[in-house]
Amino acid sequence: MLAETPFHSRTAPLVRAQTWRRWSGHQIASAYDPHPDREYAAVRNAAALFDVSPLKKYLITGRDAARLLDRMVTRDVMKCAVGQVLYTPWCDVHGKVVDDGTVSRLDETTYRLTSAEPNYRWLRMSARGMDVDIQEISDSVGALALQGPLSRAILQEAGADVAALKYFRLTHTKIRNTPVTISRTGYTGDLGFEIWVPRDHGVAVWDALVSVGSRYGIVPAGIWALDIARIEAGLIMLDVDYFSSHHALIEDQKSSPYEINLGWTVNDTKGPFNGQRALREEKRRGPAWNFVGLDVDWPSFEQLHLARGLAPRIPNIAWRASAPIYRGGKQVGYATSGTWSPMLKRYLALGHVHAAHGAPGTELEMEITVEHRRNRAKATVRKLPFFDPPRKKA
Amino acid sequence: MTSQRYDAIIIGGGHNGLVTAAYLAKAGKKTLVLERREILGGAAVTEEVHPGFKFSVFSYVVSLLRPEIIRDLDLPAHGLQILPLESTVTPLDNGGYLAGWADPDETRREYYRHSPHDAEAALRFGHLMHHMAMAVKPILGMIPPDPASLSPGDLKGMLKLGAHFRSLGAEHFHQLYKLMTMSSADYLDEWYEFDALKATKSASGIIGTFLGPRSPGSAYVLLHHYMGEIDGAFRAWGFQKGGTGAISNAIASAARAFGAEIRTNAGVEHVIVRGETATGVVLSNGEELYAPVVVSSLDPRLTFTRLVNPTVLPGELVEGVQRFKFRGSSGKVNLALSGLPDFSCLGGNADLAARALRGAFSISPSMEYLERAYDDAKYGQFSRNPYMDIVIPSMIDPGMAPPGKHVMSIFVQYAPHNITGGWDDAKRDAFGDAVIRTLARFAPNIESLILHKQVLTPADIERITGLTEGNIFQGELALHQLFFLRPVPEWAKYRTPLKGYWQCGAGTHPGGGIMGASGRLAAQAILGKQDAA
Repeated sequence: MLAETPFHSRTAPLVRAQTWRRWSGHQIASAYDPHPDREYAAVRNAAALFDVSPLKKYLITGRDAARLLDRMVTRDVMKCAVGQVLYTPWCDVHGKVVDDGTVSRLDETTYRLTSAEPNYRWLRMSARGMDVDIQEISDSVGALALQGPLSRAILQEAGADVAALKYFRLTHTKIRNTPVTISRTGYTGDLGFEIWVPRDHGVAVWDALVSVGSRYGIVPAGIWALDIARIEAGLIMLDVDYFSSHHALIEDQKSSPYEINLGWTVNDTKGPFNGQRALREEKRRGPAWNFVGLDVDWPSFEQLHLARGLAPRIPNIAWRASAPIYRGGKQVGYATSGTWSPMLKRYLALGHVHAAHGAPGTELEMEITVEHRRNRAKATVRKLPFFDPPRKKA
Repeated sequence: MTSQRYDAIIIGGGHNGLVTAAYLAKAGKKTLVLERREILGGAAVTEEVHPGFKFSVFSYVVSLLRPEIIRDLDLPAHGLQILPLESTVTPLDNGGYLAGWADPDETRREYYRHSPHDAEAALRFGHLMHHMAMAVKPILGMIPPDPASLSPGDLKGMLKLGAHFRSLGAEHFHQLYKLMTMSSADYLDEWYEFDALKATKSASGIIGTFLGPRSPGSAYVLLHHYMGEIDGAFRAWGFQKGGTGAISNAIASAARAFGAEIRTNAGVEHVIVRGETATGVVLSNGEELYAPVVVSSLDPRLTFTRLVNPTVLPGELVEGVQRFKFRGSSGKVNLALSGLPDFSCLGGNADLAARALRGAFSISPSMEYLERAYDDAKYGQFSRNPYMDIVIPSMIDPGMAPPGKHVMSIFVQYAPHNITGGWDDAKRDAFGDAVIRTLARFAPNIESLILHKQVLTPADIERITGLTEGNIFQGELALHQLFFLRPVPEWAKYRTPLKGYWQCGAGTHPGGGIMGASGRLAAQAILGKQDAA
C-alpha cells in the first residue's frame, strides 16, 4: 500500500484517468488529465500546482547545524544567509554523488535539507561529535510547487508577502490565515515558488491557492508535465539521469558532481567536506564524463521515419530510458531522458558523453527505433539549460 | 538372487541424489536410484499425515534451488511451481509487531516506525548482501579448489576465484571478510539498532547449526540464506505447490524422462567393495546390483562408516568423518488446524491478518531471546522459549488442506540431538508442549484449532530420514566444514578413496537447503565435466 500525501483528499478526485505513479512510496498523480499537455502549458503560460510532498525533508538545528551541512555538501553552507536556499549535491568520500537537494536556512541555527532519497542515516553518521539535532519532517510537512509566470500574482492575492522574494530565497509568511514558508525555488526553470506547510494545514493552503488561482488559470499538474519542464530546464533527476553512489551496484554507475553538470556547486576551497580530496583531484585531472543537452536534428529524425513510409512520431510524454549516443560509428555515451519541447519546438534529450565529445556544438548521433529497427538521428550538443526565461530570476 | 548391471547406482532418493541421477541419465548413463523409504525426497517430502492435510514434513520452503538445475532439467515441465512467500512478521514483546513486506517502500515505512535509521540502513544492507551473494555465487557452481594443493585443477580453480575476488573491489572484499569471521549478532550490530529487527535477521544465521547468534561464524550462515535466488532475484523465498515433496517428484520425473530407473522400498545394506574399488550394492533383501559408479547421497557419516566397512578407508578420513560436526539443533512441529490462528500482535485488523498469514511469522522478539534459547541447548535441554519460523502453506496453496482448514509448519530451534538423557516420548511431548505454549503467547487461540499435531525431534528426523543426529544440512554449515573442507580435506570433491565410489549429498560442497548444487557438481565430477583434480 502506498502512502498518501497531505493533499490526497484534494488531488484524488481530480485524477480523472487514474494515472497514478509511485514516488518515494507515495501515491502521486502522473497527470490529472489523460495527457499532460494542458498541465505543461500552465507551467509556461499561467501557473501549475504540483504536489511535491514525497520529497524527503530534515530539520537540522543546534550550534553545529551549519558545520554539519557544510561538512556534508559541496557548497559553502557557512556563507548561507538567513533566508537563503542553496541547491547542492553531496558526495561520498570518493567524491561520488550520493544525492542532491536544497539546504534552506530558516533562522540563525535552523536549517532544512530536502532530498530525493532518505538521508537520515547519512546525516546522523556525519553528525558524530557535533552539537546538533536532526529531525525528519518528511511526513509532517507538506510541500506544493506553484510554478509559472503567474505564480507570484496568485500568491500575492492569496495574502503571501512574496513581492520582494528573490530567486533562491525564502520567507515565512501566510496564505490566507495559514502560516507557511515559501521559497522561490522549483524544478521547472521558470518563475516559481515552493510552499512548505504543516501537514494538517495542507488542505487549507491548497484550497486557497486553487480558489484564488482559478482567475489566473491555475492548473493542478502531475509528474509528466514536471518532467517535460525539468528537461527543458536541464535539471537532473536521481535514479534517472544518475544514480546515488549508495545504490550503485558497480563503479560505472557512480558520478561525480563534475560529471553531472554540477561542477559549479563544488567549492573546493571551503573547509573540509565529504569527497573534497577526490574532487580536487578530479578538477585538476578533468572529469571523464560530461552531462550535456542534446538537440535531436529534426530533418534527420523525420527522414528516418519517411524512409519507412511514416510521418515522424514524437513521444507524447518525456521518456526515461537509456539511448546510446554515437560519434563516427562509435558509442561515446548515452542519453538518459528526453522529451519533445512544446515550448522550443525541438526534440531534446539529456545524456552522458565522454569528455572529449562534450563541447557545445559537437555533432553526435542518438539511437532511435523506428518501426522495430534501430537507427541513428543526428543530435547536437547544447549547453544547459535549453530554456531559461528572464522571469525565472527577475 | 538376480544381478543387474547399471552404469551408475545412486544410494538415496533425496533431492540431491535425484539431481545426480537426472544429470547422469541425461548424459546417457544407465542410472538407478535406490530409496529406502516408500516415498522419494529424503528431507524434501510431502506426506498426508492427517487425512486431507498435506505436510512438507521436514524442509518447507525453497529458494536455494540452483537456476541452472531448473533450466538443465526443465523442472517447470515436470511440476516445479514456486509460489511467492512474501512477508515476515515478528510479534514483539510489547504486543506490537515488526513486518517485512514484499514491497520495498512498504517495508521501509514499516521499519521506519521502529527506527528511521534502520529503515535506511536496510536499503544499503540489501545492496551489500546482493553483492555478497554475487561474490559467493560462483563458488556454488564450482567444485571447490583446495588452496593447499598444487594440482593443475586446483590452481586453475584458485586463479579463477582469485580473479573473481579481486573484481569485488576493496569495500566488498572487506565486507565479505567480516561475514566470514563475525557472529551474526556482531555483524548486524554494525548495521541496525532495533533489537527485534536484528534478532529476526540473525535468525537466518543460526538455522540448522549449533551456534547462537553471538557465536563467531554465524554471519556466514546468514549469507548462505541470502543467496536464495528465484528467477535471478536474490533473497527470494518461495513455497512449492504441493509442498517440498513436489520438488523431489519434479526432479524424479525429469530423471525418469532422461531414462533413469528409480526404486522405492529399496534400502541399501552395503556397498560392494572389491579391493579398493566399489562395484555395486547389496539391498536389504539380499539383491545385488552392479555398476562401475556408486554414488552415496547420504551424509558423510553414513557414506563412510555404514555403507562401507571403514576398515577399507584411510584412517585419517574415518577420523575426519568422526569429527565432522552434525549436532542436529532443530525440530519441527506440523499442525493440522480447523481455522486460522489469531496473532494478537495484528490487533484484530482483518486486512493486515489476511496479508500477514500468507507469509512467515518469526518468533524472534529480541536478541536476548535467541541467545537464551541457545543457552538451554548448550546445556543439553531444548529451548523453553524457542526460535520458531512459522508458515501456513495452505494460505498460499489451498490444495494443502481441506477448504477453510489449514496446515501450519513450525521450524523450531533449539532442540539438541544430544539432549541430556536422550530423547524419549515424554521429552518429545514436553518439547511439543513448549512449542505450543510459546506460540500461544502470540496466538492465544492456537490450541483450540489443533486437529492433529506432529512433533519431530532431531531423533525422529534421524530415525525417519536417516540424517545423522537429525542435522538438516547433513552436517553443520560452519566455516570449518565448508568449501574444500566439506566433508573432510582432500575428499571434498565428491570422490572417495574407493575407486567408483562417489558422494553427492548436502554433506559435500556447497551444503544444505533444497539447492541441488552438490548433486549437480557430483554428476559433473563423475562425468569429468569439471576438473575434479
